[in-house]
Amino acid sequence: MDSIDDVANAPYAIRHYAPETLKDALRKMFLIRKFEEGAEDSYTRGLIHGTMHLSIGQEASAVGSCMALTDEDKITSTHRGHGHCVAKGADLGKMFAEFFGKETGYCKGRGGSMHIADPGKGNLGANGIVGGGLPIAVGAALSAKRLGTGAVTVCFFGDGANNEGAFHEALNMAAVWKLPVVFVCENNKYGMSTSTERSTAVANIADRAVAYAMPGKTVDGNDFSAVAESVDTAVARARAGEGPSLIENVTYRWRGHSKSDRNRYRTKEEITDWMARDPIPRMARLLIDHHILSEADVDAIEAEAEATIKDAIAFAADSPDPTVDAVTRDVYTDEIAA
Amino acid sequence: MNAETKIESRELSYAEAIREAMDIALSTDERVVLMGEDIGVYGGAFQVTGDLVEKYGEDRVMDTPISELGGAGVAVGAAMTGLRPIFEFQFSDFATLAMEQIVNQAAKVRYMLGGSVSVPVVMRFPAGSGTGAAAQHSQSLEAWLGHVPGLKVVQPSTPEDAKGLLLAALEDPDPVMIFEHKILYKMKGPVPAGHYITPIGKAAIRREGKDLTIVGTSIMVHKAMAAAETLAEEGIDAEVIDLRSVRPMDRETVLASVRKTGRLLCVYEGVKTLGVGAEVSAMVAESDAFDFLDAPIVRLGGAECPIPYNPELEKAVVPQVPDILDAARKLATGAI
Repeated sequence: MDSIDDVANAPYAIRHYAPETLKDALRKMFLIRKFEEGAEDSYTRGLIHGTMHLSIGQEASAVGSCMALTDEDKITSTHRGHGHCVAKGADLGKMFAEFFGKETGYCKGRGGSMHIADPGKGNLGANGIVGGGLPIAVGAALSAKRLGTGAVTVCFFGDGANNEGAFHEALNMAAVWKLPVVFVCENNKYGMSTSTERSTAVANIADRAVAYAMPGKTVDGNDFSAVAESVDTAVARARAGEGPSLIENVTYRWRGHSKSDRNRYRTKEEITDWMARDPIPRMARLLIDHHILSEADVDAIEAEAEATIKDAIAFAADSPDPTVDAVTRDVYTDEIAA
Repeated sequence: MNAETKIESRELSYAEAIREAMDIALSTDERVVLMGEDIGVYGGAFQVTGDLVEKYGEDRVMDTPISELGGAGVAVGAAMTGLRPIFEFQFSDFATLAMEQIVNQAAKVRYMLGGSVSVPVVMRFPAGSGTGAAAQHSQSLEAWLGHVPGLKVVQPSTPEDAKGLLLAALEDPDPVMIFEHKILYKMKGPVPAGHYITPIGKAAIRREGKDLTIVGTSIMVHKAMAAAETLAEEGIDAEVIDLRSVRPMDRETVLASVRKTGRLLCVYEGVKTLGVGAEVSAMVAESDAFDFLDAPIVRLGGAECPIPYNPELEKAVVPQVPDILDAARKLATGAI
């Protein structure tokens, strides 16, 4: 780039989005980070039970992949799905309430972290089964095509899912039927403890797109602009009726797989190295360098995110628990004695 | 069934009745799509879809790749987002490849998401033995799916119910699994024309009687009816109940019958242990109808082995009319 003010050569995000949109994207990335930290803290303090899978370090992938989506467009998410939910526009209070198991949560306390969903905003749900969302995303794309809604589905999944049969069946069917779906693999290097090198025969997961005759691209998943550019292109292609794509966002989870992880399969140096590639300061720097935000603006957005999370946690803490007598509600649409 | 809609009745086979239900659904509801392996020009492995693809095209009668897990999942996702898919497994045995999507997704999505989403998917499972197809193409797995809250599971035994239960399933907002017996596909019977539903969760009393209650499912209803005729000649008056619905189960019809007859024989093709008859028996044993029992409950179910190939062996591992006769006589005469 000749100069930072050379707009023609500026990164995609700067060329493509209005300043307000970029500011909102940074805000969402901060919200995800603060949300995850708030969830971790609440867990440590015993306010959340069960387990959870944190996406700290992967914020650019979640937010960048949803840039071209409207509320009519769908996403399917994973067990590491808090970020996707926030990126798709969820209410943070309802999310925390769900984690706290409260009646006011998105799933009325029935789903928890692993089933967080927001159908009103097009989020068809996180999933406790690796690869579980892939065929469902293809089904949502089939609906869009048949009903002519023009909606696109972004299907998030991790590197681990690329070795599930569901991945291969889903990609094949999406390609055969030319459906409007974008497969976004968040390759954070490990399926629990097993590295992609040890589990996956191809060097890049995007290479597998060739087998299903669709475009495949490996992207720096910590670079918001690069993620947005690739997924926007794939979404436009899907919307134009040209079929599915596979985008691989290479990223890293700072935290362990879940709360039981002792980090015995990777080195401290590796973790530190990836933490230095934090996507949030990188995004902030991009916006500051292009005079979209000042340092003070960034600090204000971060502080605002922190306050939002605090309020969301307070809402969750103050919300009522579900009652045991309603435990079988919603098993069926019309309650029946099973 | 609503009597007003029962305009005329013709003789149709069970397969034709199912096809007619799908035809009605496709012609009246744009959201309905059929999905499955070789259901298009091939017409389905058992010719149930027949020539529907010619009438509705490949976009609505969709041949899927041989991808049971993926195909079932696509049907689930489509149902969550506005379509009304009818997914045909080529053989019910192949549902084992799709259990993830059926059990973890279709059955649980509504509950896990706090009721904010429904999964109105219909899945059809050609089931049962008697075709010489051996262990991996002959199972009766309805009890597996009947064990899962969130699913509804039905087993039509007549052409009329095969059509009515499918049309009921399509009106149902929740996932409905229909186990069709392959041997029944060619069986003919009266089928009302037009649209009607057979309510899910309602058993049918096929024959009234006072001496014992025979609760059967699917093809066993016909075997029980044949046995009942012979029993009548011997002076034993059997009541035959067609359970029709495994989940939810029609408790009241079964209990009322047992209170009347005092004797219960359950006949089902699935493996006896932990099968549908076990649930029927427990339901009676746990109720006030237990006090009316004059004899122990008897179950006749599939043998504790895979379905064998040899035709005589194949017959031997599922209940047959003589087995029912034998058990019914012993029950009715106090020999048990």
